[in-house]
Amino acid sequence: MSVRTPLGRVEGLGAAHRGTEHFISQRVTAVALAPLTLWFVFSAFMLIGGDRAEAIHFLAAPVNAVLMALFIIAALMHMALGLQMVIEDYVESEGGKVVLLVLNKFFAWVVGAASIYALLKIALSRSPA
Amino acid sequence: MPEQAKGGRERPLSPHLQIYRWPVTMATSITHRATGMALAAGTLLVAWWLIATATGTDAYDTFSTVARSPLGLLILFGFVWSLAFHLLNGIRHLVWDSGYGFEVKTAERSGILVYALSLVLALALFAYAFAARGVSL
Repeated sequence: MSVRTPLGRVEGLGAAHRGTEHFISQRVTAVALAPLTLWFVFSAFMLIGGDRAEAIHFLAAPVNAVLMALFIIAALMHMALGLQMVIEDYVESEGGKVVLLVLNKFFAWVVGAASIYALLKIALSRSPA
Repeated sequence: MPEQAKGGRERPLSPHLQIYRWPVTMATSITHRATGMALAAGTLLVAWWLIATATGTDAYDTFSTVARSPLGLLILFGFVWSLAFHLLNGIRHLVWDSGYGFEVKTAERSGILVYALSLVLALALFAYAFAARGVSL
């Protein structure tokens, strides 16, 4: 016998009132990251041993610049969602939890802004050959 | 902290983590979280590489020198293996999400496969870096 109210059962949200969106976003970014990660790793290894000019040449190519931007955005979204779960699971004090959850978001945005700015500077300041 | 029961008697606690035998599935689950957290730190390396590339030759050379130092290579190996493990185990999770692979034998086998493949992948990439990309210790 269930003690849940009919309304609670229909809404199906549970005690946290949210979570489905988090769950789905985590999976959608994961699916996007599978091919993007493969592309990133193999590209990065092809650039080992090269100089800055070679890295610029690679990152300034439109397809690479767009894929790199997508990789950064998807990875940081996935990261923020994952670290959020870790913080919610392990931090006991309510205050510490709130502070870390905010810092988690800030971290993703700062790393993202700096990376995308650098990428745009590389990709846009050099017209493709 | 465990609450004292009435009469001052300690209430029984369930055994903590180190008491249990480690099944493969538990190890992969913990490793998935640990590699996820390591990869969060790894985003700083990618950001550094991009910023150095955007900044100038000196900044790029500094990044290059640090990345090719023994400690840099060790950190990068950890990064690449974490990426390989998290990717492969993430695919395993997506398979579970679609309802397959839950039998104990299957889940254990896929776990061992993920450990083995991630290690092979990371080692192969570094062998390539050493053999064909001029990386040396």
